[in-house]
Amino acid sequence: MHTELTDTEIIRRILQGDQAIFATLVQRYQQYVFTLVLRFTDSREDAEEISQDVFVKAYRSLADFRGDSKFSTWLYTVVRTSCITFLRKKKLDTTSIDNERTFLQLENKESGFNANSIEQKSRHAMVNEAIRLLSPDDSQLITLFYKGEQSLEEIGRIMRLEPNTVKVRLHRARNRLKEQLEKHFSHEVRELKD
Amino acid sequence: MNTQQPMEDRLWNYIDGGCSAAEKSAIESLITSNREWQEKYRELLNIHRLLNESELEAPSMRFTKNVMEEISRYHIAPAARSYINKNVIRGIGAFFLTMIAGLLTFVISQLKWSPGNSSSQSIKLPSIDIGLSQLNKIDYPKTFNSAWVIGFMLILVVLSWMLLDMYIQQKKRKTS
Repeated sequence: MHTELTDTEIIRRILQGDQAIFATLVQRYQQYVFTLVLRFTDSREDAEEISQDVFVKAYRSLADFRGDSKFSTWLYTVVRTSCITFLRKKKLDTTSIDNERTFLQLENKESGFNANSIEQKSRHAMVNEAIRLLSPDDSQLITLFYKGEQSLEEIGRIMRLEPNTVKVRLHRARNRLKEQLEKHFSHEVRELKD
Repeated sequence: MNTQQPMEDRLWNYIDGGCSAAEKSAIESLITSNREWQEKYRELLNIHRLLNESELEAPSMRFTKNVMEEISRYHIAPAARSYINKNVIRGIGAFFLTMIAGLLTFVISQLKWSPGNSSSQSIKLPSIDIGLSQLNKIDYPKTFNSAWVIGFMLILVVLSWMLLDMYIQQKKRKTS
């Protein structure tokens, strides 16, 4: 379904009134958006809700996309603002939650790595689990670089950082990811080395 | 750990293909000759491969359908650049700049400059008394009747009327 069309062509057609073709953009970027949103929140339900909101916002403000950057770069700015708004709202809703509950959530998160099911987890799941343990900034940086196909310059532009700073942060993020993999998946990491 | 950091950074740079030809050959020779570098390179390369091979998370099957149902209720908003008038932005900027300039002029005109004690050998900067401690002693009716304040207020009123006029004109043009 319109897979041969470029993002710019699709956007031009949407702006001319062809609403249905927006589905092509959604299918093209839904995994990218959903993964980035999952770097902000642990809940898949929340992530799906935010991702949906991201596409609705992107559709509504599509006329503002000037085409001087990649569509995925522009979409990331929508992802970031939507996630920050959602988290701010959620934080306000849950101010009554005490530290004990937060501690329990963290404990559950840690215990999720017990030996019960790790053996069966694929490498893909393992990497995603380790990325989820990083800070949102680190995990987004890794996702944008490896999965968003964004260059250091493009990441710098959307994060308002110098490319060299992005490079240093990416090195640090990958080192932290390595530490998480060694901490929680030492067995699998050892197998990979052999 | 600290001694390892430059090695890791250099290796990541090499893996990403971001180093110069000279640096590349230097790292290649280190990898072949130094066991520590070799091990670290393999370790980092594994992480790099894992990240490259990792897949993106997928939302539910109905995701696209849900989005399309949702957007069917909306229209694309006009581009911000089409309805933001640069003259209005410039007008607002001028308004605030005049306010700041007026305020600064007023504050400077109220300053009492007194030279430091010239009898002593040490150099002293002039002391400035802006009279904050004497705020309660200010004669407010007299102050607000000064030519400075009245002039400043007049400028503000004229600018406000200009802004309001620009806004109404723009609205009229849109409706016609």
